[in-house]
Amino acid sequence: MGLRTFIEGWPVYRQLTGTDPLGRGAAAQSGRSAGLTARTETADSMARSVCPYCAVGCGQRVFVKDGQVTQIEGDPDSPISRGRLCPKGSASKSLVTSPLRQTKVRYRRPFATEWEDLELDVAVDMIADRILAARAETWEDVDDEGRPLNRTLGISSLGGATLDNEENYLIKKLFTAMGALQIENQARI
Amino acid sequence: MAEAHPVGFQWVMEAKRRGAKVFHVDPRFTRTSAVADTYLPIRAGTDIALLGGVVRYILDNELDFREYVLAYTNAATIVSERFEDTEDGDGFFSGFDPETGSYVQDSWQYEGHESDSGSGHTAKERDSAAGLRHESHGAQVSGKTQRDETLQHPRCVYQILKRHFARYTPEMVERVCGIPREKFLELAQAWTENSGRERTGCLIYSVGWTQHSVGVQYIRTGAIIQLLLGNMGRPGGGVLALRGHASIQGSTDIPTLFNLLPGYLPMPHHADHRTFDEWVDSIRHPGQKGFWGNSRAYAASLLKAYWGEKATPENDFCYGYMPRMTGDHGTYQQVLNMIDGKIKGYFLLGQNPAVGSAHGRAQRLGMANLDWLVVRDLFMIESATFWKNGPEVATGEIVPEQCRTEVFFLPAASHVEKEGTFTQTQRLLQWREKALDPPNDARSELWFFYHLGLRLREKLADSDHPRDRALLDLAWDYPTHGQHAEPSAEAVLREINGYDVTTGRPLASFAEAKDDGSTAVGCWIYTGVYADGVNQAARRKSRHEQDWVAAEWGWAWPANRRTLYNRASADPQGRPWSERKRYVWWDSEAGEWTGHDVPDFEKTKPPSYRPPQGASGPEALAGDDAFVMQGDGKGWLYAPSGVLDGPLPTHYEPAESPMRNPLYGQQSNPMRKVYDHPVNSVNPSPPQEHSQVFPYVFTVSRLTEHHTAGGMSRMVRPLAELQPEMFVEVSPELAAEAGVAHLGWAHLISGRAVIEAKVLVTDRLTPLRVDGRVIHQLWLPYHFGFEGMVTGDSANDLFGITLDPNVLIQESKIGTCDVRPGRRPTGPALLDLVEEYRRRAGIVPGRRPPMVTTEVRHPAGPSDDGPRENPE
Repeated sequence: MGLRTFIEGWPVYRQLTGTDPLGRGAAAQSGRSAGLTARTETADSMARSVCPYCAVGCGQRVFVKDGQVTQIEGDPDSPISRGRLCPKGSASKSLVTSPLRQTKVRYRRPFATEWEDLELDVAVDMIADRILAARAETWEDVDDEGRPLNRTLGISSLGGATLDNEENYLIKKLFTAMGALQIENQARI
Repeated sequence: MAEAHPVGFQWVMEAKRRGAKVFHVDPRFTRTSAVADTYLPIRAGTDIALLGGVVRYILDNELDFREYVLAYTNAATIVSERFEDTEDGDGFFSGFDPETGSYVQDSWQYEGHESDSGSGHTAKERDSAAGLRHESHGAQVSGKTQRDETLQHPRCVYQILKRHFARYTPEMVERVCGIPREKFLELAQAWTENSGRERTGCLIYSVGWTQHSVGVQYIRTGAIIQLLLGNMGRPGGGVLALRGHASIQGSTDIPTLFNLLPGYLPMPHHADHRTFDEWVDSIRHPGQKGFWGNSRAYAASLLKAYWGEKATPENDFCYGYMPRMTGDHGTYQQVLNMIDGKIKGYFLLGQNPAVGSAHGRAQRLGMANLDWLVVRDLFMIESATFWKNGPEVATGEIVPEQCRTEVFFLPAASHVEKEGTFTQTQRLLQWREKALDPPNDARSELWFFYHLGLRLREKLADSDHPRDRALLDLAWDYPTHGQHAEPSAEAVLREINGYDVTTGRPLASFAEAKDDGSTAVGCWIYTGVYADGVNQAARRKSRHEQDWVAAEWGWAWPANRRTLYNRASADPQGRPWSERKRYVWWDSEAGEWTGHDVPDFEKTKPPSYRPPQGASGPEALAGDDAFVMQGDGKGWLYAPSGVLDGPLPTHYEPAESPMRNPLYGQQSNPMRKVYDHPVNSVNPSPPQEHSQVFPYVFTVSRLTEHHTAGGMSRMVRPLAELQPEMFVEVSPELAAEAGVAHLGWAHLISGRAVIEAKVLVTDRLTPLRVDGRVIHQLWLPYHFGFEGMVTGDSANDLFGITLDPNVLIQESKIGTCDVRPGRRPTGPALLDLVEEYRRRAGIVPGRRPPMVTTEVRHPAGPSDDGPRENPE
């Protein structure tokens, strides 16, 4: 390293002579940080999303590389959030990549003390059987005066206010056709 | 707001920078208080007294925006001579029936319309949470009203309002709320001075405001002020609800609620809605004015979307398939039914009631007594593991080997692993693009319910049971894609929007919906979100490339309108109230309404329009009827129908309070929903004995770093690190009185539970001098539970179950408790401690406190009204 390079590499020199007199940007940059590339630059794709926490509806940009979420940050285009996220929104990447996330079906038999594994397809099938059994057992065709009821009060549901409108729509549609009246949501809580 | 909606709060700071004054009312000093101009600590549960004081201040000093009030509100409307106010009934309006603990609303009606209140007996409406259906439109009322434009008639709404709030003086506010009168006057003065032609003020609440036994009336009081000051339908005005979940607005618009169908259509009731026509007419109110007049088309088109080709005009669009309500089927009734063994199976969809719902122990005991439970979540939450790790396992109330509940845990897709729309707090739908596939077995709810439906139909294919027709005839055919056959969310959104069933053309507005079976519409208020076959919710035109209304970012219901009732932003003649507040106005040259937003009015109806005799529906709305979804076209200072517990808000004490109601003999809301179940109890309040056993008031709310029941934050490392521990905030004075020390442990006892927390002694909480005594309040976050990276006892365990009568939401912001130093007992000793307190307080499980606490007779009870239909 020559003397000139040494002096030019000195932050105070850069601060005095360069475009960053306050020393908060380029002047303070080390060689290492100059060589870094933002994860957002090298991502394979970016999806425009919305924060899943509160109902302000801040815009998010979700960056993916090699099939993994590598960064989630605020969308500067959003007229609602102007690129900002709060501590929870900023933790969205940690939310979706949390090591505690469950990705396999778990099953607890009646009276069991531990979980077991179960195939997803088998689980869906078992749940369908149980719905039909509960309907058969608790079905009400009419009330005491012969007025239609068309329902089961043997099945309940609760949740969730982080579901999409499209999801809530299918849930309500299917449950209504099943005669399962007792659907509830965080919206009541 | 700075704590729980920090990014939304940037706009408050923007307003402050431009000269707005910010007032913050909260029992606890928060980050919002820190940057407000004035902070008003309040005794929890007394907001109606505070806001009622503002109403009185406005009326007494004649500071209302008179031209607005006369034109756009029902201030001039004359009310029945049979109406009697709470001032004369010691806290009761006329029409109370002590038998059912509910009101007959006939005497509350406008003059000459006593018999068509449409309510009959409100006990039935309470059970079906009927108030909730008014989220998109007002209650039934005749538009043909008698008015006194001078506002002098003793029975006009303006004069009734004046008398109703006459005793809500600054002195009374101080006595009830613990807010010094000077501070109150500072608020009242600033609010009124900042309203009128040139200026507007807004009222912002977070939905903890709704979680009271008088929750709906809190918001009504706010709405009265905003109408009196001319702050509705105008830029910078409004009553703004800060909802707490990404799509909780969407979850009521397209409800997963027992009493609603999409677009606030009511779920049919077995006695009232036997036929399609009865159901439709109960929504439409034939002869009434306003846009709700077209509801036959919305109802027919919904059933057409549900049952497709099978739904025809001849078979009433399969209305006969609809399940019917017979009473209260709400989440708390369900939990009690679980404990009683009446419910077989339970789905939890991204919801954690073991921590997030009131009376956690009841929630967990209910779940432990099911045949089966399906939990769909990102994480192993408390509601999935209660049988193994819950507090009742420690007390011996749940023994895993004896707990019969079969539990299926199905991993869910996260918000980046699926596409679809959230509806955020200002009714704006925003489409999320999918970033990647969900891992392993994780799936979206869209996938789960679509494939569950297919599976059910497969299994029933040969069934000839009549009960299975509704499932087999269901229109359940959505295109799928990808390795897991994920259904197309866009196809579902298109169905929600609605389309012409012959051509498949998506409808552009709900005015195109038909009642002849030629249109299918999944949610009429969302029609337009897929107009022209374009996903309007996916629009992302940068804020830098459009004006401040940003109409091309996402899509707002209805009709992409960003401010509701914006006709009121112009004067009766259609001119902007002022240049500063110009928003929507009548362009007489073009002969149409125009402005920065989509006008909330028929585009070419001139301000001078007056309806012909006998008109109904939209035609009956005059050119200055700004509140187009109301039966009389007016904003309601006084609600003759629709609000079950009174046409005007009245201060009642919370169901649990250390204080006697200073305003009326009636202590608490006489219409609150209560449950006499052995698992439930209410701590005694005056005039009952023993209220001193639970001498302190506790309230709960959110931390910035955690989210609701913790399922999306205690499982996330950075958030868990930021707030790692359950704690309770107490004032230095209370710490001294209760003998608890900073950073030490304390335990809190209610009639339901005992929980422990680390103590944070802070002057963020302050003892309040109220009615000659000192009230101590303490504060808890409600995020903690026994699973996750950080754990702690659940604050919601302390609450009992008492609900608001209008929408059946629980009172979970206020309870009474005792505080003791040290950690709580463990094992069976914990139950003994609760039992000891119950004994001292005279609590008998399943027996509720008296609902009526005044000797005053209620002169206009139902006995004077002749025979009435009995509630179900």
